[in-house]
Amino acid sequence: MGMSIAEQILARHCGKKNVAPGTFIEAKVDIALGNDVTAPLAIEEFEKAGGNKVFNPDRVVLVPDHFTPNKDIKSAEQCQILRSFAREQGLRHYYEVGKAGIEHVLLPEEGVIVPGDLIIGADSHTCTYGALGAFACGVGSTDLAFAMLTGKCWFRVPETVKFFYKGKLNKWVSGKDLILYTIGDIGVDGALYKVMEFTGPVITRLSMADRLTICNMAVEAGAKSGIMEPDEETIEYIEARAERPYEIIRPGKSTRYAKVIEYDCSKIEPQVAFPSLPSNTRPISRVGEIYIDQVVIGSCTNGRIEDLRISAQVLKGKKVHSRVRLIIIPATQRVYREALSEGLLETFIDAGAVVSAPTCGPCLGGHMGVLAGGEKAIATTNRNFAGRMGHPKSEIYLSNPAIAAASAIAGKITSPEAL
Amino acid sequence: MEIKAKAYKFGDNINTDDIIPARYLNTYDPRELARHCMEGVDEDFIRKLGRPSVIGHCIVAGKNFGCGSSREHAPIAIKGAGISCVIAESFARIFYRNAINIGLPILESKKASERIDSGDEVLIDLSKGRITNLSRKENYKVQPFPEFIQEIIRDGGLMNYAKEKLKK
Repeated sequence: MGMSIAEQILARHCGKKNVAPGTFIEAKVDIALGNDVTAPLAIEEFEKAGGNKVFNPDRVVLVPDHFTPNKDIKSAEQCQILRSFAREQGLRHYYEVGKAGIEHVLLPEEGVIVPGDLIIGADSHTCTYGALGAFACGVGSTDLAFAMLTGKCWFRVPETVKFFYKGKLNKWVSGKDLILYTIGDIGVDGALYKVMEFTGPVITRLSMADRLTICNMAVEAGAKSGIMEPDEETIEYIEARAERPYEIIRPGKSTRYAKVIEYDCSKIEPQVAFPSLPSNTRPISRVGEIYIDQVVIGSCTNGRIEDLRISAQVLKGKKVHSRVRLIIIPATQRVYREALSEGLLETFIDAGAVVSAPTCGPCLGGHMGVLAGGEKAIATTNRNFAGRMGHPKSEIYLSNPAIAAASAIAGKITSPEAL
Repeated sequence: MEIKAKAYKFGDNINTDDIIPARYLNTYDPRELARHCMEGVDEDFIRKLGRPSVIGHCIVAGKNFGCGSSREHAPIAIKGAGISCVIAESFARIFYRNAINIGLPILESKKASERIDSGDEVLIDLSKGRITNLSRKENYKVQPFPEFIQEIIRDGGLMNYAKEKLKK
């Protein structure tokens, strides 16, 4: 019987010919990742266990991105722990403020992740890298400590569910809408412990940015990972940046999936997830009148240059509504520079938006746009849990960048079509 | 190992922002995290727990407990608050790993999740995988942990397991 992409990658990394869903394995990891929230704890555990040298200084990656540029003294101290550990250990991939950005946008961009990799990251959105044909999943700090020490991680081989997207994409519908629609359909635990393999003619027509967005939110359906078969688009993207040799893994011919779910994309409108679960989705035509106080465009989900381009297209020559604060966060320094040279930043500033330094910041209520009680925001981020962006009594709606930009102009949630 | 505990009940999809809001993640000190345990969903939770006594506390929840971020601060806050066990219908996978890895006992049981109410006194036998509801005089079956997980639990968490392995 054929194996899914995830099963094949896991088998190769534990030195077996075959692995079956449900079995426990200890597998070698290609990259172990941590950030300023999760790595300090991992470093302490590493040292407590008598750790002296990490298993490979080229394969342990640290990105201070959550509360950076340091939002307060405690955050500054957390970053200090990362910085000195990176120096001591001679880590090749430590990204300081000014060269950094949001980890899950940064690492693919820098060519650190390649197809066929097995990646663990002490950050739930590590599943983003599945878009490159890697098996990547979020773990905790202790898992990261263990991996830094041994180069390994334990896994229960997950079942794979195949999601097949066919039909034609409607105007303003992006990767974000497909994943929101999918989560709306299967629920926030609809793929619990499983791998979501995204496939079909619609997926192959999507840009890498849209594909990364889709895999990024697999965790919001409870999945261990999202994954896609690499194609020409992937190879072109990888060839331009990969820092290591890579291996293209395709699903086996007679792969048995736990389930196959098919969607006709011609029926999918832009989606908005209402408070307080990403599965609480509605098509834009059924949103009603939702007035908003703040709009955030950015994050590991939608902070790429393609996301900023479409936002600028909507905002060009328009003004942000007088009751609304629009915060735009290019995800990395490279995205920032591109936005600058393409004139997007000027469009944003002319419209009345504020453009922030790369950071996860407001997505998790850290800084750079925390909400007060009773406030409503629409964001291109990934979670709309109560209190996620600040006060427990604030509300978050999730959407794609075009809807978010149009809403900033209208002062209420709306489609660019209605402007 | 037997645990006697008073139950505190929560619903489905309790996320890690409910368990420990991100604004407190600028530290990983268990005592500080414990002070804000479950604050996102019940501001008074820690006050309700009161002082530690002969009887411990346990959290009982519905589906997908611990969904959302990978923050290990969530099980650390729960453990730090003196909660001796979490029972749920199902756990989000990263929370599941994290709890096992740091040695916070968790049990999956649909029946227990449905039947136990806030205030019920329960007796939990971790080695036998049995939950007894002393208030309702009922027993609930628990999904036993796979052997590999039991090994980590026996060693007292993942890093101790790593140390044991390094010795060999």
